[in-house]
Amino acid sequence: MSMKLSTRQVDGVTIVDCSGRITLGEGSVMMRDTVRDLLAKGNKKIILNLGDVNYIDSSGIGELVSAFTTTKNQGGELKLLHLTKKVHDLLQITKLYTVFDVKDDETAAVKGFK
Amino acid sequence: MEQSVSYTLDSTLDTVDHAEEKATRIATDIGFGEDEVMQISMAVRECAVNAVLHGNAYAPDKKVVLSFERTPEDLVITIRDQGKGIDLGGIPNPLAPENLLKTSGRGIFLMRSFMDVVEIRPSQTGTEIKLIKHVRGSSAAGKEASQ
Repeated sequence: MSMKLSTRQVDGVTIVDCSGRITLGEGSVMMRDTVRDLLAKGNKKIILNLGDVNYIDSSGIGELVSAFTTTKNQGGELKLLHLTKKVHDLLQITKLYTVFDVKDDETAAVKGFK
Repeated sequence: MEQSVSYTLDSTLDTVDHAEEKATRIATDIGFGEDEVMQISMAVRECAVNAVLHGNAYAPDKKVVLSFERTPEDLVITIRDQGKGIDLGGIPNPLAPENLLKTSGRGIFLMRSFMDVVEIRPSQTGTEIKLIKHVRGSSAAGKEASQ
């Protein structure tokens, strides 16, 4: 299953609903382009909802890191929401779980922005 | 699966997906559990990415050779490229604080995390990586479990 992304606004926060695979190639490029486009348009409070992401490889992990650092460097904030067990385990193995701001509840995640 | 099977593949992104699919099918057929199948397929995917991108650099005249061998105790997967050979000393630790936020460099780390044995043999004519997963219930797996 290829990657699908859709965005929605909730109380000034952009939520990117992701589904499918974030892997080298199309999936990673879509993620990169979407986040860069949001930042270019001034949307600097971003939540990546990964609840329907069933697979991610090292390139996908790299894109999450890139999205996080790019947003932060532009004065924004990026959170991850609804990690599947596979993605959760990968972020634990790579020691990135504590680097990202990971949330399980969308409402709390939206309210948590500064 | 027969005792061993080998594929010669182009240096393309499709090869990465095909390698992953073959690994998933073979690991499933052998009887590995869902988590182990995911680990094996991801390790093969990462290895194939390295071979296609970093080894052969997408060169159309260079091939990736992928082979699977079922021994009594192990699934042995070998991936060989025709690149210049990886510099083992130049592989940074992706868990080091200064590398945590790098956007690449986790492939070999993931292979080592998911497989029981990872052997990397670089040469001037390419790199060969052997990925080994012990078959559950075999004497090799039992030996580890008893340690």
